[in-house]
Formats: sequence, structure tokens, C-alpha cells
Amino acid sequence: MLKLKINNKDVEVEEGLTVLQACEYAGVEIPKFCYHEKLSIAGNCRMCLVEIEKSPKPIASCATPAVEGMNIKTNTSFVEKARKGVMEFLLANHPLDCPVCDQGGECDLQDQSMLYGIDKSRYKENKRAVPEKNMGPLIKTIMTRCIHCTRCIRFATEVAGVPELGAIGRGEDMQITTYLEKSMQSELSANVIDLCPVGALTSKPYVFEARPWELKKTETIDVMDAVGSNIRVDTYGWEVKRVLPKINEDINGEWISDKTRYACDGLLNQRLDSPFINRKGKFTKCSWKEAFELIKSKVKSTEPDKICGISGDLVNMETLYIFKEFFNKHLNSKNLEFRNDYIYINPEKRENYLFNSSINGIEESDFIFLIGTNPKFEATILNARIRKAYLKNKTKIISLTDVGDLTYPYTKLDGKTDIIKEIINDQHSISSIIKEAKKPLIIFGQSSLSLKSSKYIFESIKTYLIKNKKISENWNSLNIISDNASTIGNLDLGFYQTIDGANQVLENLKNHKYDLVYLLGQDSLEFNKQNEFIIYQGSHGDKGAQIADLILPGAAYTEQNGYFTNLEGKLQKAYKASYPPGESKEDWLIINELTQIINEKKIFKNKEELESSMLNYLNLYKEKNFKKTNSEKINLEFFSEKILIKDKDYYYSNPIARASKTMFYCKNEKINLKSTGTEG
Amino acid sequence: MSIKKISKEQPENFEFTSKNLETANKIIKKYPKGKQQSAIMALLYLVQSQNDNWIPLTAMKYVAKFLDMSYIKVYEVATFYSMYNLSPVGKHFIQICTTTPCMIRGAYKLVEACKEKISPNEKQLSKDKTCSWMEVECLGACVNAPMIQINNDYYEDLDKEKTLKIIDQILNGENPKPGSYRGRLNSEPENNRKTLMDIKNA
Repeated sequence: MLKLKINNKDVEVEEGLTVLQACEYAGVEIPKFCYHEKLSIAGNCRMCLVEIEKSPKPIASCATPAVEGMNIKTNTSFVEKARKGVMEFLLANHPLDCPVCDQGGECDLQDQSMLYGIDKSRYKENKRAVPEKNMGPLIKTIMTRCIHCTRCIRFATEVAGVPELGAIGRGEDMQITTYLEKSMQSELSANVIDLCPVGALTSKPYVFEARPWELKKTETIDVMDAVGSNIRVDTYGWEVKRVLPKINEDINGEWISDKTRYACDGLLNQRLDSPFINRKGKFTKCSWKEAFELIKSKVKSTEPDKICGISGDLVNMETLYIFKEFFNKHLNSKNLEFRNDYIYINPEKRENYLFNSSINGIEESDFIFLIGTNPKFEATILNARIRKAYLKNKTKIISLTDVGDLTYPYTKLDGKTDIIKEIINDQHSISSIIKEAKKPLIIFGQSSLSLKSSKYIFESIKTYLIKNKKISENWNSLNIISDNASTIGNLDLGFYQTIDGANQVLENLKNHKYDLVYLLGQDSLEFNKQNEFIIYQGSHGDKGAQIADLILPGAAYTEQNGYFTNLEGKLQKAYKASYPPGESKEDWLIINELTQIINEKKIFKNKEELESSMLNYLNLYKEKNFKKTNSEKINLEFFSEKILIKDKDYYYSNPIARASKTMFYCKNEKINLKSTGTEG
Repeated sequence: MSIKKISKEQPENFEFTSKNLETANKIIKKYPKGKQQSAIMALLYLVQSQNDNWIPLTAMKYVAKFLDMSYIKVYEVATFYSMYNLSPVGKHFIQICTTTPCMIRGAYKLVEACKEKISPNEKQLSKDKTCSWMEVECLGACVNAPMIQINNDYYEDLDKEKTLKIIDQILNGENPKPGSYRGRLNSEPENNRKTLMDIKNA
């Protein structure tokens, strides 16, 4: 511990802090532009000047290490004069366009000039003007406003791992740009908008949409991938105007992916706002009562085992729970499934489908082995963590398949399942690496679980890890990246039918064994419809609604309270920021009212009862997990095959993203870049 | 000074000649392993000397790959330093010093000569595209002011007529003698020295 004096108060701080950090620790605020705690130190804005005793000049506190016995002063007239001088230089070339600037109201420069700005300018020369730069469909640039803090450059090189931003020229002519003004090729690119302390980089889709003080802010959870990033949704009336990250060090840190941030305009398009009945190939509007009565007549005329329910990617857990209750207790059907493909699951234990090492654990690990996954697209934020781990510890990373650029170097293997066989037989060099590693991470992707030998791969590696004590109370090296926000919720709530990991419901569905199919927000089903009666409940008119005979309009994730469990098994609640459009209703309510029509009795009195019942169920389920299951020798069949990474359409992965214009632009930008071949 | 213009006409390929490749590898060896990026400035200068005094974009990419660094980092360096030219300047690149000592001794007369002989504006190629001129800051030969630099050689103690003559010779493909044009050796006093007479080898 160091003993310092800050503004004549004795303070004790940890060693290795900078003066700025020490001051913040002591509760003294220091103005800054270039300093950001998640980025390296640049020390070029000079706004954080402080006085240190015995130093004749003011000192940039962000770049000076705190030393024993320092006497730091931050409130003297000397400091204020220095900061005023810096501010005057910053404002000399900064345009006075705050009234038309999107950053207005949340601008660091605006705020700090209230404290340190001078009311008049002594600068009589012409102000600098800088041409705008193209940075792709997400980032709007007004480079005249730039104060050269270089936060964006440091973010791109350090966190995003795409060294494409830079400062060209020098002195007054310095300009921030991408190399030859190409758009930034990163799934984290839009975070530079939050980082920019002025209005130089602003959000293109949000341009001139609203002022920050007009917006209602709701802190909630993202559902675009299974990571469950914490976000803040800003709404103006019904419209979701923008999505911003909320700091959660355990999950997303300070960043969110571009899809999380910009798919929100899909919440305004393609919405289902009234129940529809498919009459001879034409969808006609109908009332809720008509719709419910139709379902009632269908349910009464169909045998329970001819009914199935398939849930989707973005469904919250309350809805899943009430839907399960509805199926099990009121329809007497057990045909529930959430998988739209033949992915292997082993839900015997909770650890079999979670990212057990936790996202924070990535940084502690000393070896990472990726099996059939491209974390950059499947869990962007998680990939940023792996990069952070690589930068911090030089973690060794091996991927079974070549998945292209992951923003960090890794060893590529040929993707054959034979390698797995060699590893578990201690014949491969990776075996010894796993054994020697203290905290290895074995990460399974969904692509590795949809093979013929998935069961073999998963179970044998698990046994191998247990044998070598890599799955213990202290460290569980078994990790699965799930694709969708509701996957873990589905598994936790038992929303599946499986013997040995197979997907019977889907098999039966494809063999046309069901007469009544209830799609609960399921939009990725590949299915040739014959005589089935399909009910679709969801928020968007997407693939699921197209094949439906009856459409029940539901609410999107920003329009209802609901729990989601992220890939590491954290239960988080998403809050209502807006309300469902038109006649659409919250999803759980639809099921509840439907049951009342069918059986003249609601399942739950209100949402609270539903919530507490569900949480009870989850707690019981978790307890069940501690029971030891008989680890019988199961027949594991091995097939020599190549693991192919499913080429998922990153920007089009769910109905909200597919309805979003911004995601369309992003996708186009990527295709164009590929086809012109100018990327290298 | 404003930001440097990147030429619109860019060659398609660039590669070091075998001799320059050897030099480049020698330069890289001066730095510790993994720090080869420190050689960036020397390599860019090598590119410039090979490619008629300017650095095309393909060459920047070539250097970036050569040193295993990102394109933008090379681009940053190339745009930062004023002595890297990013658009063609011709085979004969004339830099006229117009900083105070040279200016007092008549540097602008040399500028006039260049305007007459080469092109009306600085950084503009002559009609046959072999030559251009540019005003620069102090080149460190103040004692022999005014002076110009053509490629790697200094021509000193000039006036307008002498400059015209030198440019003529250059454009004709001759190699005029570098150094003082008033018969001085380096920067020794004209008409023998006048101080320190009693010291022999001063």
C-alpha cells in the first residue's frame, strides 16, 4: 500500500495505480478525454492535469504512476488554469454545432467545458475542417469534431483485434480514419461510438432520432445470442430508439456486439399486430376469441399424442414454463421440443450444457481448445474475452477446425474427428497439453454436437476430462457455447423429449405424425407442411408465420418482463421497456387465456404466481442435479468425419435481426467487401 | 502544410529488387527478434529510393506484409513524415530550402528558376513527368545558402542563372557536379580564411 496525500487528505492506495486512479479511488474526480480504464494509456488529451508538489509543471495524471509520499493537488488555481488552457486549445478547432450534434446532452466535451471552458474564444484564425470518413453502415463520422483522443484507435487494435483505425498526418492535419476509408470489419465496431467523448463518431441508424433526455431508459438483457449481455434500452413512446451496453464485469464488460446494438430497429418492422387465420392461402385478421375458439375445436378433435409444441430462440422462461404446464397438464401431451435440428443433448446434469468455466474464467485459463465452434459469430463478446485472455496471458489456443480470423492467433487442425479419438487415447500432443494445463478450457460449439459421432465426441471427452481431474469442484473445463438466448432456459425447464440425445419430436414431425403443431416463436424450422394444422405464436411475421394456419401475435423481448438464462447458467431478468403493438399480447398471457377458453380455468392467477412457481421448479431442478446419476457404460459409436462449422448468417440469425434494415446493410457491406476482393 | 495527397494513379505491383531485398533484410537484423517493425522507416525510405522518389500504396502493403504489421500502421508512418512522398515527384526531385538564411540569400530566385524550367506550381510534375520541385524547410546547409537538393545531392551557393543551368543539365540527363558553385570546398570561407591564421590545420 502506498501512502499519498490528495488535496491535503491522507489516502492509502494499492501499488501500481496511476495518479488518476488513485484520485478516483479517493473520490476526487478528474476530467479526462483520452483515458479509459479498459484501454491502454495514451496521455495525449492533457485534460487530466494535476499539480504535484515539487514539480514545477502540471502533470498528466493518467500517465503518471502514483509514488509513495506524493502530494497531489487537484483543486488549486494552478490546476484550474492549466486545464482551462487545455480546454481552450481543444475548443479552438471544435465546431460550435452542438445544436445539430447527436452527442449533445451526453457529450464529455460539453460537460467539461461547463467547468473549464471560457465564454469567449481568443482564436481568430479559421477553424480546421476535416472531410468525413466512411466507416461502414454503423458509424457516422463528423471528423471536424474530433479531438484526437485516439480511444477509437486503441479500442480497434486492443479489444476488437482489428487494427484498421489509425491517425494519419500530423499536427493540425492529423485525421482519424480507417485504412483507405474501408468499413471496420468487426462485430464489435459500434462500441467506438460509445467510446468517442465527442460527436465525431456517432451512430448512423440513430442519426437525428432523439435527444438523450427525451428517452426512457430501461436496463435489461439482450437476447441476440446466448451470452446475455446487459443492455440499456432507450425508448421514445413505443419505439425502441437504441440499445446501449450496461456494464457487467462478469458478462459483457463494457461492450456489446453490433447485432445486439443495432438489431433493435427490427422491432419496428414486420410485426404481427393482430391474430390472423389462414383462409385458403390468405391471411385474414380475426379476433382473439375467434382464434382461441378455433384452437379449442382443434384441440378437442385431436388426440394428445398427435399434438406437439416447438419453442424458439428468443422465448423467455416464463412463457416456456407456462407453455409446458399447458401441454403437460391441460393437453396431456409431452411432445415438447426446442431444437430445430438434430443437436445432441445430454441434459442429465446441468454441467452438460453450460459454459461451466464461466466467462470470467476464460481469463484465468491457460489452454483453450475449440471444438467445432466459431466464437466470433456464435458469441461475439465471449470471443473478445478469449482475445483478452490471449493478450494478458499469451494463452495457447487450438481450434479443431480452421474458422478464419478470430482476432487472435491459434493453431488450426484439420477438423477430423479422428483427432478426438487420438486425444482420448493419449496419442495426440494435445493430450499432454490438457493434462499439464492447470485450467484448460474445452469449448464445444453447436456444430460439433450435430454430427453422427457427436455423442462419442462429447461423452468421451467428458470422461477423459473427469479421468484427468479437469472437471472438479474448483475448475470445470467442460464448456458448451449455446446458440440462442433461450437454449439454456429450455434445457433447465425440461422443454425437450429425448432418449440418448436424439430429437424424436422433430423426427416425428418430419414424418408427419402430428396433426396439430404449436410453434412458440420458432422461426428456423425446415419443414414441408402437409396436413398439419400449425399455430404460430410470435412477434414477427417471419418463416414460422409463413407456414402457419393460425397466427397469435406475441411480444418481443423488450415488451415483456421475462427471465433468460445465459450460456454460463446465470438467471437474468429482462425488463419491459415498451409494450406490444396493436392487439398483440405478452406471450405468457396468451397461453393463460387460451387455457381459460379450453379448460375454463386459468393456469396461473397472475404473473407473480407464474414467476414464483417457475423459480421453485428451477430450484428443485438444481437440487436434482446433485444426485449422482449412474454412470453406466453407454455404447459410443465412432465415425471418422470432418467437423464443418455451420455457416450461420451472423446478421440474419433471428426474426428480429432479419426484420432489421441495419442488419441488412451490415450484411451487404460484408458481401460487397468479399466480392470486390479489396480486403487484402 | 496540409495532409499529403495520395496519387490516384497507382502502380499494380511493387517488389524490392534483389539488391534492396538484401539491404532490407540487413536492416531488419539490426533489431531484436519480434521487433522487426522498428525497421519501418528505413524500409519506406528504401522503397522511395527504388521507386523514383515516391511510395505507392501497393508498396505500403508490401512493406506491411514484409514486417508483419497492419496496413494502417504503415500508412500512419508514411503520412506523418514529410520526407516520404506519396505521389509521383519525378525521377529528379528538387527540394529548395526557403528557410530564413536561404531566403535572405535569395532562395526565392531559385524558386522562380524552377517555376520557369519545370512547372508553375510546386509538387507538380514537369511536362515530361521526369521532374518536380518543392519548397522545404531548412536542409542544414545554411553556410552555403541558398541551396537546392536534387535527389541525394546538395547544390550550394546558387543564384538564378546557375540554378537554370543545373536544371537544364539534369533534364538533359547529365550529372552536374554537386557542392558549392562558387568554388568553395565544403563550407570553408571564400578567398581563404580570415581568422585563426596562426593555426595550421584549423
